[in-house]
Amino acid sequence: MNRILKGMLFATTVLAPAGMAWAQETTLTIESWRNDDLPIWQEKIIPAFEAKHPDIKVTFAPMAPTEYNSAVNAKLEAGTAGDLITCRPFDLTLAMFEKGQLAPLTDLPGMENFSDVAKSAWTTDDGSTTFCVPMASVIHGFIYNKAAFEEVGVEVPKTEDEFFAVLEKFKEDGNYIPLAMGTKDQWEAATMGYYNIGPNYWKGEEGRKALIAGTEKLTDAQWVEPYATLAKWKDYLGDGFEAQTYPDSQNLFTLGRAAIYPAGSWEIAPFKSQADFEMGAFPPPVKAEGDQCYISDHNDIGIGLNAKSENAEAAKTFLTWVASPEFADLYANSAPGFFSLNTTPVVMQDELAQEFVSWRQNCETTIRPSAAIVGRGDPNLDLEMWRVSANVINGTMTPEQAGEETQKGLDSWYKPKQ
Amino acid sequence: MNQSDIAETETIVPRHPVRWHILVFLAPAFLVYTAVMILPLVETLRLSLFNVVDGTMAFVGLANFQRLFGDPRLAADFWNALWNNTIFFLIHMAVQNPIGIALAAMLSLPGLRFAAFYRSAIFVPTLLSFVIVGFIWKLILSPIWGIAPGLMDLVGLKSLFGPWLGKPESALITVSLISVWQYVGIPMMLIYAALLNIPDEVLEAAEIDGITGWGQFWKIKLPLILPSIGIISVLTFVGNFNAFDLIYTVQGALGGPDGATDILGTLLYRTFFGFQNQMGNRPMGATIATVMFLIILAGVSLYLFVIQRRIRRYQF
Amino acid sequence: MSKARSSPIRSSLIHLALISYTLIALFPVFLTLVNSLKSRNAIFRDPMALPTPKTFSLIGYETVLSQGDFLGYFQNSMIVTVVSIALVLLFGAMAAFALSEYRFRGNMMMGLYLALGIMIPIRLGTVAILQGMVATGLVNTLTALVLVYTAQGLPLAIFILSEFMRTVSDDLKSAGRIDGLSEYAIFFRLVLPLVRPAMATVAVFTMIPIWNDLWFPLILAPGEETKTITLGAQMFIGQYVTNWNAVLSALSLAILPVLVLYVIFSRQLIRGITSGAVK
Repeated sequence: MNRILKGMLFATTVLAPAGMAWAQETTLTIESWRNDDLPIWQEKIIPAFEAKHPDIKVTFAPMAPTEYNSAVNAKLEAGTAGDLITCRPFDLTLAMFEKGQLAPLTDLPGMENFSDVAKSAWTTDDGSTTFCVPMASVIHGFIYNKAAFEEVGVEVPKTEDEFFAVLEKFKEDGNYIPLAMGTKDQWEAATMGYYNIGPNYWKGEEGRKALIAGTEKLTDAQWVEPYATLAKWKDYLGDGFEAQTYPDSQNLFTLGRAAIYPAGSWEIAPFKSQADFEMGAFPPPVKAEGDQCYISDHNDIGIGLNAKSENAEAAKTFLTWVASPEFADLYANSAPGFFSLNTTPVVMQDELAQEFVSWRQNCETTIRPSAAIVGRGDPNLDLEMWRVSANVINGTMTPEQAGEETQKGLDSWYKPKQ
Repeated sequence: MNQSDIAETETIVPRHPVRWHILVFLAPAFLVYTAVMILPLVETLRLSLFNVVDGTMAFVGLANFQRLFGDPRLAADFWNALWNNTIFFLIHMAVQNPIGIALAAMLSLPGLRFAAFYRSAIFVPTLLSFVIVGFIWKLILSPIWGIAPGLMDLVGLKSLFGPWLGKPESALITVSLISVWQYVGIPMMLIYAALLNIPDEVLEAAEIDGITGWGQFWKIKLPLILPSIGIISVLTFVGNFNAFDLIYTVQGALGGPDGATDILGTLLYRTFFGFQNQMGNRPMGATIATVMFLIILAGVSLYLFVIQRRIRRYQF
Repeated sequence: MSKARSSPIRSSLIHLALISYTLIALFPVFLTLVNSLKSRNAIFRDPMALPTPKTFSLIGYETVLSQGDFLGYFQNSMIVTVVSIALVLLFGAMAAFALSEYRFRGNMMMGLYLALGIMIPIRLGTVAILQGMVATGLVNTLTALVLVYTAQGLPLAIFILSEFMRTVSDDLKSAGRIDGLSEYAIFFRLVLPLVRPAMATVAVFTMIPIWNDLWFPLILAPGEETKTITLGAQMFIGQYVTNWNAVLSALSLAILPVLVLYVIFSRQLIRGITSGAVK
């Protein structure tokens, strides 16, 4: 019986005219580093898509974030990667596109739903070609334990002085670790530290663009000062923070042992499911009352098409759906903290997520300074910033040294356009 | 045990014109090994002589090596990794192998009770995957979870506890000791097998001569297991200079803090495959791989051509 | 024929040393197993305590078992490991015998060539290996893993086995030849039984890196049907990194089968080792 079936299948594949091919079921595989989101895709997103396109089946195949880049590159080179590739923002994916591993998607129906800013993370330098559909951005700030704030009797800080006053209060009180962050994994120090508070110093996009243009240096005061502020965090971190890992920090906060968590908005969903106290959020404090505030609102995740995919048509159907307002609503509400980049506004149910997004009204937004243009060389500026930020907090490097080392690394390969 | 290996090589070997059985014995291993291991590796080593010039791969001779040792930052990373790797190896030689030999010596004592239990239990860590070892030890040493500080409190040493994995001065030693913990079973088993292989007549003769206990170990057993110790040293050397997984699971691909636990394996991984926002640089990765290969080749040749020839081997 | 002429003091010192080291070796494993049975808060508050009725919780195991096909992963790991070990032992012993027994032109070169693989991590050849597997259609099959692990295990196996084969008495082999045994019979009937301890040792050493490998399953066989237990556990950790109940349960599930196997296998291993010793 089985053999007959197989024979028939074989016959239809070989003999069926090419035009019939669409009638068959196609299976698309998505490569992703978002293993946290596996249940969301399996239970919500994929069923929603398959309901509309019963002829296309979708498999979400995530792997650990640390292995994603190297494994997906190896697979692309060998031609075994999935049809759809989740895109890291800016230079990394740009390099994949330039190697011909990703297909251009400029004319994909649905791309008109995104602003140029949203597309900038996945567009060539000359702005001519876009190669990934933008999915979401993430915003930095601080998440705090409301109960702890009430217990110790402090208000949400607006300025830096107030921020350190709150930390000092918690330290005196002694019941809570003031700040839940460690330096062992290094990236927290830069991502939740430097990139989080820095935009207030280098004035967001203004400083970022000046750095690219070469008119500002990482040794300038506005780039060194945030390190100096980070160095002051040291006294308010938990004992042995040098060996504290990212999951340690998350657990410290969600178990109610820490007061403030320097955060990225992607923490919202996991925190909601694990913490049994109320949480609030505030943007990075400004230097003086009334200063313009800046926040890091970083295009973080997109999705592109493997240039060698054999199911390009089906994959494009899927990508067009990802670009639709329907997907935007579904994704933003199942993964609160990943904010839609779609121009159609999305109504979000989650209060904490709403809080994060509300900052966009008053604060100027910017992306991480090491992400675009200055992030494509060797030594990699992003990794350098991880290292020096961790060192500065550990006290093994001065803020000035941190600025000098990163600038030196940048100078070794980057020449700003005159 | 009357013949040394030099005598052995002179023994009668039938000299047929074509000895097909040699070919049959060698062929399966040779074929699988060549096709799946050597050819891909040659491809990688070949890459070290190439680089991207004007968008295409071109032969560049030794330019990659010049860059590796000439570029101040690359060279600094390389020497740092080599130095850390050397310390990593020395700690294994100084801690893992002596402990392994001592355990094996105790276990092989005749009439020791529970020997089977000890032997099995001590070998257990070796069976665990890096995923497990890395996760558990990070938890135990975590200042947050408090197992290590709690235990040290019991013996009144709490003040000595520190975030060892996070401090540049202690991280490498700590990771090395975790690795020793995991792998001590290997020298133990090899030496144990070697000790059991010593014929009882030899030991009886020694006892008749009044050589027992410690004296027997140093004067009789140790010389007899020297070839095994040689193998273990070389395996440790090769294993340590190829090490990657444990550092990767415990300290991450960056070998933090501040490169204090970066060894050749992690440096190679980052360079070859890329890490986070840094793109992989295949030619430079291949160059580092080639240098690693040369280092290990030098070490193994030293063993094969100098040390192994001086060790007397006995046939029982 | 034990000749224990040791004093009680010496023997208790030896036991003390062995017991302490055994504790060090087993403590982390114990910690994992115990805490996998406790509630999240209890893990944090008192990691050293045994689970009490109040803190006992199987929530971690429930999460693990509902999330992945751990039994299937385990089966994949078993198949890959057992087949690879068998091939490594057979091919490795044959090659080692050829190298240690016969003098022929190129013997030294062949020995060095086969030892080269000890020195370079096979991981470096990943891209070419993957391309080869793609070309032969072996991606996402357990065969691909078996091939890679066999190639990876051979150099060390040959290195260790030829070292041991040199200690096999020549008189025995000469006697066999005089009796008219073929070279194959000498190898399979006379030499192999004598190097059993070395074979058992090689088997254990080959098994560890195969069972624990993360990289090649990730690259060559990441599909749900071919996922190995280590890859399954790692992906699970990545996904539930803050959910320590689940992670510790997953780790326990990955440890237990190895422990059970080892307890069964270690008898064979030791029997092999002791029977090989010429008494």
